[in-house]
Amino acid sequence: MSTAGFNSQNGTGTGQTYANGPSQNPVAPQQLPGVGYGMAHQPTYNPMQAKAPPPPAHPGLYPSGPYQPVTPVCSYQPGPPHTSYPAASGQSLLTRPLMGGPPSRTPPQSASPGPRVPAAHATPPPPAVSSSGYYTNPQHPMAPAWQYNAAPQPMGPPATISTPPRGPVAGHVNPASSSTGPPPSTAYSPAPPPPPHVSHNVTQPPGPGMSRSPQHGYTQPGTAPPPMTPMAPHAYQPNRAPYGPPPTGPPPPTMKPAPLPIGLPMATNATPPPPRADGTVAGNGPPAAPSGYNHVDNQTGVPPPQPGTPGLHLGHYPSLPPGYQNTGYQNASAPHNATSPMHPAMQHATQPYTQAPPPYQQPHGGPGPAQLSPSLAAMSLQSTTPEALRVVNLLQERNLLPPTPIPAPTPCLQQDLQKINCHPEVFRSTLTSIPQTQSLLNKAKMPLGLLLHPFKDLSQLPVVTSSTIVRCRSCRTYINPFVSFLDQRRWKCNLCFRVNDVPEEFMYNPVSRSYGEPHKRPEVQNATIEFIAPSEYMLRPPQPAVYLFILDVSHNAVETGYLTVFCQSLLDNINALPGDSRTKVGFITFDSTIHFYNLQEGLSQPQMLIVSDIEDIFLPTPDSLLVNLNECKELVQDLLKSLPTLFEKTMETQSALGSALQAAYKLLLPTGGRMSIFQTQLPNLGVGTLQSREDPNQRAAAKDVQHLSPATDFYKKLALDCSGQQVAVDLFLLSSQYCDLASLGCISRYSAGSVYYYPSYHHQHTPAQVECFQKDLKRYLTRKIGFEAVMRIRCTKGLSIHTFHGNFFVRSTDLLSLPNVNPDAGFAVQMSIEENLDDMQVVSFQAALLYTSSKGERRIRVHTLCLPVVNSLSDIFAGADVQAITGLLACMAVDRSATASLSDARDAMTNAAIDSLTSYRQSVLTIQQPGLLAPACLRLFPLFILALLKQKAFRTGTSTRLDDRLFAMCQLKYQPLVYAMLMIHPALYRVDDLSDEGALNISERTVPQPRVLQLSVEKLSREAAFLMDAGTVMYLWIGRNCHPNFLTQVLGVPSYATVPDNLYLLPELDTPESQRTRAFVGWLRDQRPFFPSLQVIRDESQLKPTFMQNMIEDRTESALSYYEFLLHLQQQISK
Amino acid sequence: LLLLLYTNAYGLYHMIIAFDELKTDYKNPIDQCNTLNPTVEKVKKIKRVKIAIKLVLPEYLIHFFFCVMFFCAAEWLTLSLNLPLLAYHVWRYMSRPVMSGPGLYDPTTIMNADILAFCQKEGWCKLAFYLLSFFYYLYGMIYVLVSS
Repeated sequence: MSTAGFNSQNGTGTGQTYANGPSQNPVAPQQLPGVGYGMAHQPTYNPMQAKAPPPPAHPGLYPSGPYQPVTPVCSYQPGPPHTSYPAASGQSLLTRPLMGGPPSRTPPQSASPGPRVPAAHATPPPPAVSSSGYYTNPQHPMAPAWQYNAAPQPMGPPATISTPPRGPVAGHVNPASSSTGPPPSTAYSPAPPPPPHVSHNVTQPPGPGMSRSPQHGYTQPGTAPPPMTPMAPHAYQPNRAPYGPPPTGPPPPTMKPAPLPIGLPMATNATPPPPRADGTVAGNGPPAAPSGYNHVDNQTGVPPPQPGTPGLHLGHYPSLPPGYQNTGYQNASAPHNATSPMHPAMQHATQPYTQAPPPYQQPHGGPGPAQLSPSLAAMSLQSTTPEALRVVNLLQERNLLPPTPIPAPTPCLQQDLQKINCHPEVFRSTLTSIPQTQSLLNKAKMPLGLLLHPFKDLSQLPVVTSSTIVRCRSCRTYINPFVSFLDQRRWKCNLCFRVNDVPEEFMYNPVSRSYGEPHKRPEVQNATIEFIAPSEYMLRPPQPAVYLFILDVSHNAVETGYLTVFCQSLLDNINALPGDSRTKVGFITFDSTIHFYNLQEGLSQPQMLIVSDIEDIFLPTPDSLLVNLNECKELVQDLLKSLPTLFEKTMETQSALGSALQAAYKLLLPTGGRMSIFQTQLPNLGVGTLQSREDPNQRAAAKDVQHLSPATDFYKKLALDCSGQQVAVDLFLLSSQYCDLASLGCISRYSAGSVYYYPSYHHQHTPAQVECFQKDLKRYLTRKIGFEAVMRIRCTKGLSIHTFHGNFFVRSTDLLSLPNVNPDAGFAVQMSIEENLDDMQVVSFQAALLYTSSKGERRIRVHTLCLPVVNSLSDIFAGADVQAITGLLACMAVDRSATASLSDARDAMTNAAIDSLTSYRQSVLTIQQPGLLAPACLRLFPLFILALLKQKAFRTGTSTRLDDRLFAMCQLKYQPLVYAMLMIHPALYRVDDLSDEGALNISERTVPQPRVLQLSVEKLSREAAFLMDAGTVMYLWIGRNCHPNFLTQVLGVPSYATVPDNLYLLPELDTPESQRTRAFVGWLRDQRPFFPSLQVIRDESQLKPTFMQNMIEDRTESALSYYEFLLHLQQQISK
Repeated sequence: LLLLLYTNAYGLYHMIIAFDELKTDYKNPIDQCNTLNPTVEKVKKIKRVKIAIKLVLPEYLIHFFFCVMFFCAAEWLTLSLNLPLLAYHVWRYMSRPVMSGPGLYDPTTIMNADILAFCQKEGWCKLAFYLLSFFYYLYGMIYVLVSS
């Protein structure tokens, strides 16, 4: 059923939908039978049910829900709030049915009253989309708000209305919008009963009669609705606005009552996929482009286009069918079901729902109505977002993971605004709909923040050179696409609302060479743009590119053999270092003394100067330690060639890192630049000495982890000094022992550097690490770099920045000092709402990054993001971006573990999930219903939170080295969201049966696109091979009975037993299987700036545990399984 | 004594202004900084934080000195009024961030909205407390003078 529904939704095209629908129907019916489900569930979820009984009554409670006194507490905090609603818990399955009835309060439910009938009715109308539909449909009558829900007919109209605006867009937009069409299949589809059925409900219809009856036990036919429920979500929103309208009805749907014959359903479900495909296609993923898109970006760069228009995205990728993403999604879900043999019951149950999920992606997509008048907007929103709000009972739907990477939700903006909005990979908000007031935000209990990747490599970046850069005279905002032109001569700032004059020069459009069209200038057409800044943006002449390398040459360092790799990499890339004719380089090596290298032009060979007075460091010669690369290239090359042999026999074991840093700081003082430190052990001599604080016996301790904060402020102070002199420090840590990353990391953290960590690096023993180090170095040396940068983030009056996350020094409330900025740095910002945004329909955020390019040009890169303001909780929930929220929570948790404790941070994350779901349950859902309910857009939230809890950074009970933990924390804060998400929730693919079906075509290469699987051992099979992509590392797991074809064709070994343990490169075999696999792995690698190493894992290899640790959904000795975690959440929520 | 107290209140007032500056003067830090701290040549925020840091220890010391004086004078009521603050000061200083020099505020975290707001609020509360105690001491002094 659900599937059908989705399709239709996706399809947007109403017509299409139907088509889909029908086909599905056949299948659906079986499932539908809510009954069937119910049955299934029961077995599975007994516990729940038990509770359930009482519920019926509760319903009443819900209504109030919206307003309930949720404590304003921030989501992060473990608020008290959870408990408030007892009722919730109570609701058991059984009840639900009843609920429907009881809920009478809620008008909708009343509808349900006629139990059986309802079934009939229900089905029809609602198709209910389960959501409101069910309840009300019949009732329709309810309050106006309900109207939607109510009669299908009514709905139709409304729906249409809302849609109209979108209409155009619609296609892309969500299915919902699609609905516009009368038929809006899903949502309100009601009108034509039949069709509706088809769509989601498909099931319902059939089921209805049947299933319900079974249910009847409950009678309350209301239950009938249950089946539908899944869909339900849509409707409510509108209500929301009013508040009162609890319309949500959706809950009931869940009712599992229906379980029926699950088995059958399964089959049916399985079938659905196809339809989905259609759906998807139709849908086109308006929303952000799916994975495909993203990738594209990486490669391309800035995609001007916003997610809004599918077309654009596609543009990049011809190969992608518009629908692609969606399809994938749907399909995936379907397949899963099919595949997972496990709990049939569960699956069955799930299926219905699962299917539903797909819609998500598109969700908001809509070009929303945001701009419309509030009321209108609300209406439209409903139609557009339903999918995002569809109620999902997490306990019953198992296969929630989309088959393709999750696209970012699209804000509900007018299409024209959405089209030019900043790309979500560059600038993303946790809530794509900004709450009007802080109290509303507190009620929603979700963190509000931005995630930025401001210096991302972009392929299409408009660059503007002009003598005057047009900015607001009062707040200094750069002119951007979201300002309004009052007339030809004046524009109104979208951040402070001041009216400014348009300068004469701006009247001329260099692109079209026309005069008098200021709104056509590139500045006003692109949300991401770069200006070449005139001299007023310089405090001093732009600095040259200066690179200083500080190398550890103690015995320990020589043992690891990293020097050879480093020198070779630098030799290879010396001409690719970003810079111009002024580029300077220098080298310092250190053990217990500091060695400088005089590379002055004219010397026949490099001259080493040793300073052994490390207590009072000084520079042996004032110049010629930093030399012009072009003039002294030969000397530099000589040095690099001789360095590895120079210290071969050293027996010096001490490391005076602190003094070396001070020397380097003095060297770079006059110019600023970048220093790269290569360190292999704990600094143990002179200033900045650190002690080993780690107790190996405590690595697996379940209690609190100590020493997560720095032991000394030496490195922090030095970093601040560096920051003041425009020096950034990058740290490469190659150590097999504890190095106190907590303290050492400060040097990079506050100077906007980056940290690389290669645990147990050894040139012979860990070839994978060497490969990784080489590739990382190559990228590091050749990537773009910006010097003496500052980034200012401005936002519309009323919003303010609360906290920054990332590597930088905060110079002012909205100003970050970044001595260097690199394309791999991400930032996160927590926002707060200081004044009510009452009369605003949209708010804007602008990040302006002022930097000196390696060519000595001063440039400003400006990103502007525009988001709608909403005043109802349901809209806020509908706009939630679960990935961004997870990313921001991870940053907050890292802070929390440093300032408070790790267990505190873990609790805070769990509470974040509990709070937001509680808030959703109490304020958005109007009908009590058992189970763990979440809006579709947050359906993955508990999974991601669980993944975070099991992430290296935050896990307890599993042996984790302190440095590994701290490095994971650094990365969570520092990496752009896309990469951080892979660390948090790795992607699992089955790779032994790659096919060209649905493959992408990139520059002549065919890249297969296998589905993303759930991280559960249940998905593994001995007959297959799986690839797990965990961001910085990939694991290739070979099943014991893996098909010999795969072994010979891809791995080049005759049998399982001969698979080498140290295989970290896929052999280049000339077979289609090998090509496909390599293409896929290569494609994954190309998407990220660092180089993930590949490790082949057999059942008996030592690395197996590291692979299994990533099986997040499974239970481990010290951590809950996903299902247990859900039960825990549910318990907390219903307390 | 009164003079000292007044100095203390004045110092605290400066501190509050410094924080307020941190929070509000982002538009043109340089100008504002110059008007506020004409003696400070480098006008970076860091410097301003340092000013605040410099004010902290004297404030604590003066307050401690007062408490000792009250103790010596056997002014038990007054002392008991001041003890909580003294205890707070001790606690605050013990739980300061890791740093090698004296000081209370960490320039890297001071910009966090929560911390900044807390410091400001703390400053205002203490200012109110010092002002009230100033008048109370004044009253006490006059009362003693008159009655003697």
